[in-house]
Amino acid sequence: MASSYMLPGAQQAPSFHSHPSTASQPRQHHWSPYTENGGVILGIAGKDYVILAGDTRSSEGYSINTRTARKIFDVGSGLVLGVVGMSADGEELARRVARKIDDYKRSHDKHITVNAAAVMLSRILYAKRFFPYYVQPLLGGLDENGVGAIYTYDYVGSFERESSRAFGAAASLITPFLDNQINLKNQFEPGSNGEVPRKPGDMPRETVEKIVKDAFTSAVERHIEVGDGLQLVTVMRAPPRAEGAEPEEEEDEREKTAGGGVISEVMSELKKD
Amino acid sequence: MCCVAPDVVVVASRVAGLGLGSGSFGIRNQARVHETTTSPTSLSTLLASTEHQEPHLGIPIKMNQFPHGWGRPRDDVYGAYDSSYLNSSEPTSHTQRPIVTGTSVLGLKFNGGVIIAADNIASYGSLARYDNVERLLQVGTHTIVGAGGDISDMQHLHLLLDNLLIKEQYPADDHSLYAPQVHTYISRVLYQRRNKFDPLWNSILTAGADPKTSEPFLSYVDLRGTTYSAPALATGYGAHLAVPILRKHVPDEESAASLSLEEAQGLIEECMKVLWYRDARSGVSYSWAVVTKDGVTTGNKKIEKQSWKFAEMIKGYGAQNI
Repeated sequence: MASSYMLPGAQQAPSFHSHPSTASQPRQHHWSPYTENGGVILGIAGKDYVILAGDTRSSEGYSINTRTARKIFDVGSGLVLGVVGMSADGEELARRVARKIDDYKRSHDKHITVNAAAVMLSRILYAKRFFPYYVQPLLGGLDENGVGAIYTYDYVGSFERESSRAFGAAASLITPFLDNQINLKNQFEPGSNGEVPRKPGDMPRETVEKIVKDAFTSAVERHIEVGDGLQLVTVMRAPPRAEGAEPEEEEDEREKTAGGGVISEVMSELKKD
Repeated sequence: MCCVAPDVVVVASRVAGLGLGSGSFGIRNQARVHETTTSPTSLSTLLASTEHQEPHLGIPIKMNQFPHGWGRPRDDVYGAYDSSYLNSSEPTSHTQRPIVTGTSVLGLKFNGGVIIAADNIASYGSLARYDNVERLLQVGTHTIVGAGGDISDMQHLHLLLDNLLIKEQYPADDHSLYAPQVHTYISRVLYQRRNKFDPLWNSILTAGADPKTSEPFLSYVDLRGTTYSAPALATGYGAHLAVPILRKHVPDEESAASLSLEEAQGLIEECMKVLWYRDARSGVSYSWAVVTKDGVTTGNKKIEKQSWKFAEMIKGYGAQNI
């Protein structure tokens, strides 16, 4: 019998017919527990901020289910989770992560750090190694030094920290744009005659927000599963209190998130055709 | 059957996995392994033989003589071995298919409430098997659940919802289940069943209104646990035929908030008529329900003012002469 670990295309060619040892075909109708709901998300980490953005279209095949589905979730403790793929799995994953982060805070009386949450999310995904969440997640937050962090995953929990990443239907359209505009690939210092490459990093948040919006408006033009609205979520350090201003309430130091991050959300329009 | 050496028997029963003791050996036709007879001395001869005949007795050999399947019934004599009952490496699967089905459910928000409608047909394939089926269920005081897809799964879900309501009903504590809670409950049930590979084969709309704020609620959930909300929703063919019409009038929440009940009723009527014209699994009579902060109003309606004039124009699909 063909091993379930056989690579596609690799053919077992026995010189004889072996006798059956397992059921050759499970008796079942072709029903898939998975579906694809389109959409695209992207995350960019800055020196003291993180931006996660996603479109708000949710589709199935050629049908648009709704134009107002959020893909970026506030999972507590100043962390945000972006999910794209199958929305039912994505929302379930976001609920579980939010619940775990809340549990952590209640057990340890402190906020989880983004790197600890990143490992935890990897474990959650790997625990379903043989019936995976059909989701590509991006986890964002400020690390202990207040520096922006984006953690990117595959379906079964492999992860790494990156500075920018696009996932989802139009990831292949947005990725080269980010390479060029965020990581400044193939860009050179003016006047260097193409000798000195431009160095990435240290981009002001306002500039990055413009690049994010451009990325989405371009993706909308070329991908049918992307559009309708843009959800732009930012994690940044809480603005320092104005000089001489009295604190409104007694502030508990423990209420501050691990990286001091505060989450804000801006919704805007994208083309709906 | 008299001269088989014991070591051959051991090999045969082990390979075949029948685990027969040597005590049963020699009873003719008791098991397929014993259909065959052989002598260890003649094995090499047999392997080379294309005749597949016991060389001494002229009895046809029905046992597989090749080393990889030795002792098993020969496929060309008995047919391929049915292995389907053997343990599968796949996860347990209960996946069924819908049998008796209902078609679309429509839902539309308006200023101060929601209207929802579903026809009364339950189909068995293309047969309109039952023509008086209620697919809208009132859950509590301010919620209507409309189901498309498998009718028996819908009825099972109705049972779950009835039990949920009894369990959660405490008259003294002033808490009741409203549409958001009912929708979330249904979505968890459906998602859990898809995780068990035993889905409830339905697409469901939950409609309701908040008794205090009048805020309308309308949400969809299907057999994979996929959920979404919009001011206008439909399941099944309605998603293709009715939603474009509804969205033209109600593209977003703001326009739904300025839609009157009468306009909403007119739109639903129009869409039910379009579905009656074009969806072959739909029915001429349908149930509707309106939920506002004052509660639920329900009714039954027949498609009126039908005109099949357009059908004359349709050519090329049937057996007519063009």
